[in-house]
Amino acid sequence: MDLSFTPEQEAFRRQVRMWIKANLPVRERDAQPLEQGDPKRIQAMKEWQRKLYDAGYVAMGWPKECGGHDADVVQQSIVNEELLLARAPGLIGMMGIQMVGPTLMKFGSEAQRRDYLPRMLTAEDIWCQGYSEPGSGSDLASLKTRAQLVGDEFVVNGQKVWTSNAQYADWMFCLVRTDPEAPKHKGISYLLIDMRSPGITVRPLIQMTGDPGFNEVFFEDVRVPRENLVGELHQGWKVANATLAHERNMLGSTTRTQQMFNGLLRLAQSRGRYGRPAADDPAIRQRLADLMIRVEAMKYHAFRQLTDTLKKRPPGIGASVNKLVSTELNHDIAALALEVMGSYGLLARHARHVVDRGTWPVEFMFTLGLVIGGGTSQIQKNIISERGLGMPR
Amino acid sequence: MDFGLSEEQELLQQSARDFLARECPTALVRELMRSEDGYARGFHEKLAAMGWTGLIIPDSFGGLGLSMLDLAVLSEEMGRVVMPGPFFSSSVLAALSLIYGGASALKKEWLPRIAAGEAVATLAFIEESDRLDGDGIVARASKTRTGYRLNGVKMFVLDAAAADFLVVAARSRGQGESGICLFLVPRDTPGMSVQPLYNVDQTRRPYEVVLRNVDVPASARVADETKGWKILSRVIDAACVVLAADSLGGAQRALEMAVEYSKVREQFGRPIGSFQAVKHICAEMVSEIEPARSLVWYAAYAYDNETRGAARAASMAKARLSDVYARSTNRAVQIHGGIGFTWEHDMHLWFKRAKWNEAAFGDATYHRERLANLAGF
Repeated sequence: MDLSFTPEQEAFRRQVRMWIKANLPVRERDAQPLEQGDPKRIQAMKEWQRKLYDAGYVAMGWPKECGGHDADVVQQSIVNEELLLARAPGLIGMMGIQMVGPTLMKFGSEAQRRDYLPRMLTAEDIWCQGYSEPGSGSDLASLKTRAQLVGDEFVVNGQKVWTSNAQYADWMFCLVRTDPEAPKHKGISYLLIDMRSPGITVRPLIQMTGDPGFNEVFFEDVRVPRENLVGELHQGWKVANATLAHERNMLGSTTRTQQMFNGLLRLAQSRGRYGRPAADDPAIRQRLADLMIRVEAMKYHAFRQLTDTLKKRPPGIGASVNKLVSTELNHDIAALALEVMGSYGLLARHARHVVDRGTWPVEFMFTLGLVIGGGTSQIQKNIISERGLGMPR
Repeated sequence: MDFGLSEEQELLQQSARDFLARECPTALVRELMRSEDGYARGFHEKLAAMGWTGLIIPDSFGGLGLSMLDLAVLSEEMGRVVMPGPFFSSSVLAALSLIYGGASALKKEWLPRIAAGEAVATLAFIEESDRLDGDGIVARASKTRTGYRLNGVKMFVLDAAAADFLVVAARSRGQGESGICLFLVPRDTPGMSVQPLYNVDQTRRPYEVVLRNVDVPASARVADETKGWKILSRVIDAACVVLAADSLGGAQRALEMAVEYSKVREQFGRPIGSFQAVKHICAEMVSEIEPARSLVWYAAYAYDNETRGAARAASMAKARLSDVYARSTNRAVQIHGGIGFTWEHDMHLWFKRAKWNEAAFGDATYHRERLANLAGF
């Protein structure tokens, strides 16, 4: 075991840090999520991703012929960590890079890889995910959005929901039912749909935070060329699942959790609570220490998974454990922050006397959304027990 | 960046798992639970033959000279089989006290014998107050013409009846962390009496040790007034890491037993492991144990490689694993239902060991507060 980085890696980290300092405008730091889908903000975020891409810091681990640098996972981790430490905004094209890119590399045709991968990296194309439907949440494979092959085109009818970023996405990767007669997992296909196609209606849904983050997307006789099918017809479930457990960059997400905890600690040390600093209250100290231990455990757990990835060990159910533990941990951190602030904790963003610009109540709600989204905690527990422990269905 | 076990450590893990499955089945554990002092000489000698009783003793004193991470790997396997006996008190607590303190004559005399499994020793540190700080030590060490005279009562001294000698902490002057000395006291020294404190967890054997005008020569001093506490606090950190590793192994084993049982026990015409109420309990155990494993490895690494982070990491691991082990065995008993509550079923061995591991050397609440102080909350 050796937790140090090599001199080359340290040098690379310095280089990344200098680049960020020179290229990330101070006003862009701590940027809020894309509120109200403001076109100017979207443009700025696309430019930021483009800049990062030109510097060689996006999708570094991808093969060269797909627009990456064949870099090892440590280098990409260093970049992600430095971006978070600099409080840089996230990548607007993350959904594409993490979900569609790896899928196309594995299942896509030559033409699909050529047409979509480069534009995904440069943020020329923004992607959204068309999975959940009103009747198909945890039981995703029961989805009903129908795609009928008519000549050289699929004709798509149905509805998707909880579709983040659909209001400004250029493309959707979408699971559709192509064979209603087959068992539910065997009649699904994976389609790439141009969001500007006639027949698509996007209706924003306002989240409990008050922000429009996700949408309903309606399809009415939407025509999709047959060449937009990824993998084989009716094999969409296999295609989607192969990348569901795709390496998540854990260092990035634990750095985020650490930052959140540091924010909580600053709050607890600086704010009075019922007549004394919150961090002097023994009950609060206990909970702060407990959270710190859980945060640190996830940090070292990420190091362990990074090492396993470098050694090419199969990830197993690690992604599910990470998702389950980190999302609940983040929510617990935000919950304690609200408690530490007492009556101030619930002040809205634009209220007088608001603390930390009102980010904590938003975090508290937003992190609960992450406990639900991407497979609820209960679904993760099913995966861990059935696939990890081999417990009977 | 390499956060994981080396090939050698994986080999150690495998050979310890195989050896302990063969040599330390629950039949032996139960036999030792019934025995007078919980010590099976023959089994201890087998551990010695593997080199493990001298795992962290420097090779110049007959040990293997390995690291805390190696010891954590081994301790995890010992926790898996709820191994009884004086390994922890002798080859960890007493050995480290001697390694860190100890005039070279004492080291030369005793460390090779501990390593070879010929001698067994322990550390007498906690007193009636059950405090873990310097102020907890009020036993007196008064200077005499030829050495020291010890008076006081030591509590929860592990394996004192089996021990050939005890490393005793006593105060020669002052208060708090200064003025604490360590002495090597053979168990048959006149004035020292050893009484068993019967433990609910019978895999661990604590004793009350009364020192009444116990005279020791100056050469028996392991550490003087300026070093005693420093050494003790380092040994306490080691104890925390080792107990955390023992707990990790126990928690993992409790999980495995619960899962195995849930696959074969049928109710309502199907295995209970097919019910989500049961599955989710097991998944929660996994999601606590896996990150905890990384924390234990880190604490062991930090013990050897970090000066400022070591104590913090030890407290984090001890606090977390105290909770995780106790919760895991609770859940495992629950999944076993009525049979898990019987004496006949083995589950209670882990259930009780978890509570002992939790209480010993500071529980989770104690270590969270210690962490809060060390981290400057």
